Amino acid sequence: MAPLATGRGGVSRRSYQALTIVAEIAVPVALLIAWQLWTVHAASPKFPRLSTILVDFRDMWLFSQFGTHVVPSLERIGAGFGIAVVAGIALGIPLGLSRWARLAAMPHIEYWRAVPPPALLPISIVLLHSIGNVQKIAFIAFFCLFPVLLNTIDGVRGIDPTFIDTARSYGMRRFERIRRVVFPAALPQIVAGMRNSLSLAVITMVLSEYFSSTSGVGYVLLISKNTFQFAPMWAAILLIGVLGYLLNVLFILAERRVLAWHRGWRAAASV
Amino acid sequence: MATRGDVAATLAAPERARWRRDRLSLRKLTEALVFTVSIAAALALWELISRTGVISQKDLPAMSTSFRELWSLVQTGDFWKAFGQTVRGWALGLGVATALAVPLGILLGSSDFAARAFRVPIEFLRPIPSAALIPLLFLTLGTTIKSEIFLAAFGAFWPLLVQTMYGVRDVDPLAMDTGRSFGVGRFERLYRIKLPSAVPYIATGLRISSTVSLILAFTAELFMGIPGLGQKVNYAQAFGLEKQLYAYALATGFLGVAIHLVSAAVERRALRWHPSQRVGAA
Amino acid sequence: MASRVARGGFRLMLEVKHLGKTYGTGEKATHAVGDVSFSVEDGEFVCVVGPSGCGKTTLLKCIAGLLRPSNGGVLLRGKRVVRPPEEMALVFQEYGRSLMPWASVRNNVLLPLRHKKLPRSERKRLVEDSLDAVSLTRFIDHYPWQLSGGMQQRVAIARALAYQPTTLLMDEPFASVDAQTRGDLEDLILRVRNEYDITILFVTHDIDESVYLADRVVVLTHSPTEVKEIVPVELPRPRDQIATKELPEFAQLRAHVYRLIKREQSVGEPAEPTEAAGVPHTGTPV
Repeated sequence: MAPLATGRGGVSRRSYQALTIVAEIAVPVALLIAWQLWTVHAASPKFPRLSTILVDFRDMWLFSQFGTHVVPSLERIGAGFGIAVVAGIALGIPLGLSRWARLAAMPHIEYWRAVPPPALLPISIVLLHSIGNVQKIAFIAFFCLFPVLLNTIDGVRGIDPTFIDTARSYGMRRFERIRRVVFPAALPQIVAGMRNSLSLAVITMVLSEYFSSTSGVGYVLLISKNTFQFAPMWAAILLIGVLGYLLNVLFILAERRVLAWHRGWRAAASV
Repeated sequence: MATRGDVAATLAAPERARWRRDRLSLRKLTEALVFTVSIAAALALWELISRTGVISQKDLPAMSTSFRELWSLVQTGDFWKAFGQTVRGWALGLGVATALAVPLGILLGSSDFAARAFRVPIEFLRPIPSAALIPLLFLTLGTTIKSEIFLAAFGAFWPLLVQTMYGVRDVDPLAMDTGRSFGVGRFERLYRIKLPSAVPYIATGLRISSTVSLILAFTAELFMGIPGLGQKVNYAQAFGLEKQLYAYALATGFLGVAIHLVSAAVERRALRWHPSQRVGAA
Repeated sequence: MASRVARGGFRLMLEVKHLGKTYGTGEKATHAVGDVSFSVEDGEFVCVVGPSGCGKTTLLKCIAGLLRPSNGGVLLRGKRVVRPPEEMALVFQEYGRSLMPWASVRNNVLLPLRHKKLPRSERKRLVEDSLDAVSLTRFIDHYPWQLSGGMQQRVAIARALAYQPTTLLMDEPFASVDAQTRGDLEDLILRVRNEYDITILFVTHDIDESVYLADRVVVLTHSPTEVKEIVPVELPRPRDQIATKELPEFAQLRAHVYRLIKREQSVGEPAEPTEAAGVPHTGTPV
């Protein structure tokens, strides 16, 4: 995809590359500096200096309140996401394989996937009579189910029939086929759904904790706002952003290893 | 199993058309039947669970009760006022996001350099759950519709930006080279070749963003007491009005489904004439 | 020959009896396969050719047990085929959609063996032996998509061999491969047939290939498909890409099959101008 040197108005390829790398570092740094300068200038308690926020960030999250709040939040994300993935795949594979099951399930899937999660927050509390871990995990798991489920169904439906014919011609029975052919073949699509599900998990976690909780990052966010502690509030926002970013990065790294074959295969097929 | 394609291919044209038509109408009938029965069964189950007390009626009002409540609400002006407020917040949030994300996306997508320079900030800001900004909004824009629009727009902005960028970058290089070799100017190349091929991506982005915008508009109403369906839900829960709670939740659900259906239909139209189709369920 | 006796001395490996496959009912019915009957002896190499669209693939899938025939049936050593039999292996044309891209060559060849109750060492040996037979031992830990088309098809053949079938069904396996590689693969399959002493049913649209490989060539009619003629190929073995194809008998056999097919093709297209103009069919009787 590299353009010809001449297409860049005479700038050579080498210096273009160097310039890009400089820009990749310079732009974020410049934005951070601008943020700091603006907050110093504004001198408003609601917008504390970036430097103050960072200090509070370090104090709170590394590592004094890590155990009390970050860990529960991560646990909820982990459990909710985990349940959603297992359920999504376990339901999605049979639904993908059977047209009738799919027809019967579709109205429900299409309805629940379109309901805005916060609309069910109060109901989840009323139904489960609690604001504890179970309620939060159930809430997270319920909504994170759908991206995985839908993508699993699509992935299974999109499998080339020749793979299935091959498995059948070698006498593989249904369960064996699902395990060794259907699941790996649908995996790239399933993983795409998992990625969406993960970012949804972070959002639903924050929402459920902010709405009503006794621990967790969302809870800290709420409390610091209510007690007008702005720097800690910003530090909590920052942490949520960092958590979302890190989880995403970790996921992409894991995906790269698990789906290395898929990239190679696609690259070879496009030649 | 032989595909319908195999069979269809071996028929002569008029036979083929007739065969397709007959199969299609029978199939559509059975599909509609299964669809309806499935929904009816679920609703019946809800009614059963609640009436028999498996889950107490205080926690889960019966299906008939909830729908009756919804029906009576729908006849009040109050309901439609709240409904309209949510729709307004959703629409304005989506509109602002589109107005910002599409031009910016085209700009960043067209310039390799710009895309790479801004990659890190975008990758960092993208995953921030907009919900985390609610406290900030309390302090700055306050509990007004401005907060709702800001939140909805902030959330809807990112998927649309990213999708627009992908769309502009995914142009078939052959089409661009052809344009260049015919001396088509840069700007014209942009709106004659790049934009049309980016439209399906933008349509996908719009579908995702309209869902996100609704979620956030509702969230703002729920958490900040801004007038709308979210506020009604919060109110109902706070005062222990279960029937209303479920009725409003149902109404919100239906609104969500309606928005999803419309945006998915638009996306499908846009995808239909694109040579290579790309779909990802969100 | 010893293995043939050990296999119970059946002379007929495969019997296709009045096989027919129809889709749909009544006046909307499509006859993919009309009425096909032929048999294959143990250890024979039989090629099946026919005009395009005559349902060769459907026929093969019925024989393989992947499709249920509408009429008639297939007997494998006297037993009716209702599902893919343990002793039959199938090689598809599209290797790219048949070899699993998430598995290495080794694991691809291993795949059909997994549900057979064999000790691990035995499975390992089968995999290594079959890859050796197709000269791909060096690539055992590569992924299929890292290999060329010809090599991938060899992996597919190795996979079929490791399965230890008595019968190998091949559906235009070399059609997606370039011409030079095709010659190598043809010789490979002949060598494999001798080494493993298997029966082969080979579907192709390449007439030269069919005559080069076969003991007999089954020529099909256009849709609804029937057997037009079964042509014995008495060319000397072992076959050679150059020497065999130089023989006058080769040219005659090839021409004969070609004429049969051309006649079928022109009959199968009612809208052809030559017919309307009253010009007789091409092809003089042999």
